[in-house]
Amino acid sequence: MKVILENFGLFWLGFISTLKLLGVSGIGALLLGTLMASLRVSPFGSFRALSAIYTELLRNTPLTLVFFFCVFVLPKLGIVLDFQISAIVALTAYTAPFVAEALRSGINGVPIGQAEAARSLGLRFDQVLTLVVLPQAVRMVIPPLINVFIALTKNTSVAGGFFVFELFSVGKRLANLHGSAVVPILVGIACFYLLITVPLGQLSQRLEARIALVR
Amino acid sequence: MRQARFTLAVFVVAVAGALTLNSCGDSSKTSSTGNAEANGPYQLAVKIDPKFEAGSTMEKLSKAKKITIGTKFDQPLFGLKGPDGKPRGFDVAIGSLVASRLGIPYENIEWVETVSLNREPFLQQGRVDIVVATYTINDERKKVVDFAGPYYEAGQSIMVLKSNTDVKGPEDLRGKPVCSVEGSTPAARIVKDYGANLVATDAYSKCLEPLRNGQVIAVTTDNVILAGFVDQNPEFKLVGEPFTKEPYGIGVKKNDDKLRAFINDVLEDAEKDGTWKRLWQETAGKVLPTPSPPVLARY
Amino acid sequence: MSSSVLYDAPGPKTRRVSNIVSIVGLLAIGSALAWLLATLAAPREIRPGLVQPGLFDSSRWNIFYEPFQGYSPFQVWYGIFTGLAATFSAAVVAALLAMSLALVVCLLRLTKNAGVRVPTAVMLEFLRGMPILLMMLFILLVSGISVFWVVVVSLALYNGAVIGEAIRSGIQSLPRGQREAGLALGLSSIQVRLIIELPQALRQMMPTIIAQLVVLLKDTSLAYIIGYEDLLKKITHLSNFYGDRYFFSVFFVALVAYLLVNLSISRFAWHLSKHVH
Repeated sequence: MKVILENFGLFWLGFISTLKLLGVSGIGALLLGTLMASLRVSPFGSFRALSAIYTELLRNTPLTLVFFFCVFVLPKLGIVLDFQISAIVALTAYTAPFVAEALRSGINGVPIGQAEAARSLGLRFDQVLTLVVLPQAVRMVIPPLINVFIALTKNTSVAGGFFVFELFSVGKRLANLHGSAVVPILVGIACFYLLITVPLGQLSQRLEARIALVR
Repeated sequence: MRQARFTLAVFVVAVAGALTLNSCGDSSKTSSTGNAEANGPYQLAVKIDPKFEAGSTMEKLSKAKKITIGTKFDQPLFGLKGPDGKPRGFDVAIGSLVASRLGIPYENIEWVETVSLNREPFLQQGRVDIVVATYTINDERKKVVDFAGPYYEAGQSIMVLKSNTDVKGPEDLRGKPVCSVEGSTPAARIVKDYGANLVATDAYSKCLEPLRNGQVIAVTTDNVILAGFVDQNPEFKLVGEPFTKEPYGIGVKKNDDKLRAFINDVLEDAEKDGTWKRLWQETAGKVLPTPSPPVLARY
Repeated sequence: MSSSVLYDAPGPKTRRVSNIVSIVGLLAIGSALAWLLATLAAPREIRPGLVQPGLFDSSRWNIFYEPFQGYSPFQVWYGIFTGLAATFSAAVVAALLAMSLALVVCLLRLTKNAGVRVPTAVMLEFLRGMPILLMMLFILLVSGISVFWVVVVSLALYNGAVIGEAIRSGIQSLPRGQREAGLALGLSSIQVRLIIELPQALRQMMPTIIAQLVVLLKDTSLAYIIGYEDLLKKITHLSNFYGDRYFFSVFFVALVAYLLVNLSISRFAWHLSKHVH
């Protein structure tokens, strides 16, 4: 316990770094995921195929391999990124398909009548999507989306092996200096992660309850 | 329906196959019959029916004819796992030496990977009996475990690109990005004592590509580990003299003074009769010069 | 709702535009891919005099088809295969355990007894929020069980919690009439749960459950932290031994292996779900 208090500054630095990775990658994943979901339902065959291939490829690849590609293979293409940015790119690219799948199931859950009514009013494809379908779909997919974010929070720990300092790195660093207190240090690290994931989980529960009422 | 049933059958066979293969494992633990001379890849003489003090760890291990040794699997020259699943290197050789003096042949040694995070906990838990894993002796660790040895003295050093002429020593790294392994003592030291910008990862091999790309200026860790990489990759070089002393010791459970004394005796005998030198030359000595063995620190 | 509801059935002009866009898109993607492969295959001079061979150069792949540094390619492939077997066996056992745990947890979570429901909910929150890396380390350092079971238990606990929650939300989204009809027929509460609600919820949440099981298999790669010899660890050993020149090739082989296994699982599950209906 003493170890945690003495090194609280370090814990805090790692925590902030994890939050930063979570925030930026989360927003990126939301944007990219929405784009992917839209491509998936678009009228153009090649776009649908591209989105489907990207989704299947990344959903079935371990995150470590995605990181490996971003950090070690991109430089060979001439794209040398700062390590923090590579991590964010990897996390965004990996999480986006999960966001897209959550959105797609939400889009499929919107009653057909909505889209039909929108089209009968003469709205174009993109107008139907952005003005009528997506707003309703989003409400239904917030709980699964929050699950995706909880997973993303924990996935940020993989960045520690790829040149980014985050919460789990703090654990490794302190465990080496204090070999007698390895388990308490890990408990401290876990608490910081739970500090993010438990409130998210609670939020998801509350939203689920409200949606059930609406239904 | 038939198609699904066929797929199911294939799946079941695959799973069964996978489970069987997994239980085969890649390190055979069948005990050898008879104590042959020159056993194992390091041609060590396994002691026949050694006698130890009743109740000591040595007696327990030699009666069981089995020992679990923690070592590194990713360190060229000291502890590196080959494609056949067997680790090789100087640490492995020293571990085999201790085992042979306990009457345990090489095939009966179970090698477990110990990274810096779990070296002390594994010893405390008893998951491993000893740790021979480029394990530096220091006072902080002595609070939790005990050390026999040292059996080698390394030193922290720096590796850069061969074309680099700016970096001559650790002082030149101030403010520069330097790669090392997170949670290692060299990483902490290069930041605390020399003000470098630490870029950390979980394996030294991952540092090499950023060094080539220029994303980091140098890689720092113990000189023997770096020497292994320089040997594999001629585009790198070591610079400057080692600027710390890293005595490698054999970790044992705290307060097991009898085991510690026994291992120290084994090391002392090996240093006197030339076994230490032979084991070094067969492993790390293929790349590194042969030093004189360090003085044991009995305490 | 099918995608055709979002826009009119395409007429000849729209079809032509759509085809043109598709072809242009394909050409763009194709040329990007070609550029990617060409750049990777070409040798790179990153420093004056320091030339690295291209990624498809034989010096990066020779360990797979010819003896090198005293080891045969068969040993290399055997190592990869045992790694895959280790991944698979841990995943299968963990999946079975996770499914059982999910069912138990789900029933506990829905019980009327608050003394059971609330602690279960708290524990679930905890299990879902804990990174698996940390869970594995904890169980390893605190218990004496073997590495295989540490991996299996951690994966089962985490995925059991997630799948349990998924099934629970599936049950709660069923029309209330299902439960009421069951109770009206004289079935006990548990019987209604098991005979009527659970099968329907499972069928509805099957895609989510399968997706989570694929995640389970991928997460076996996190076992590197406790030294479990899964596929990714075996690959790492190979690149450590032969040098980082082989980084790309071994990781590529691992990628193909994971894709094959995961896609087969998804396909197999899709097959199953088709025949269950």
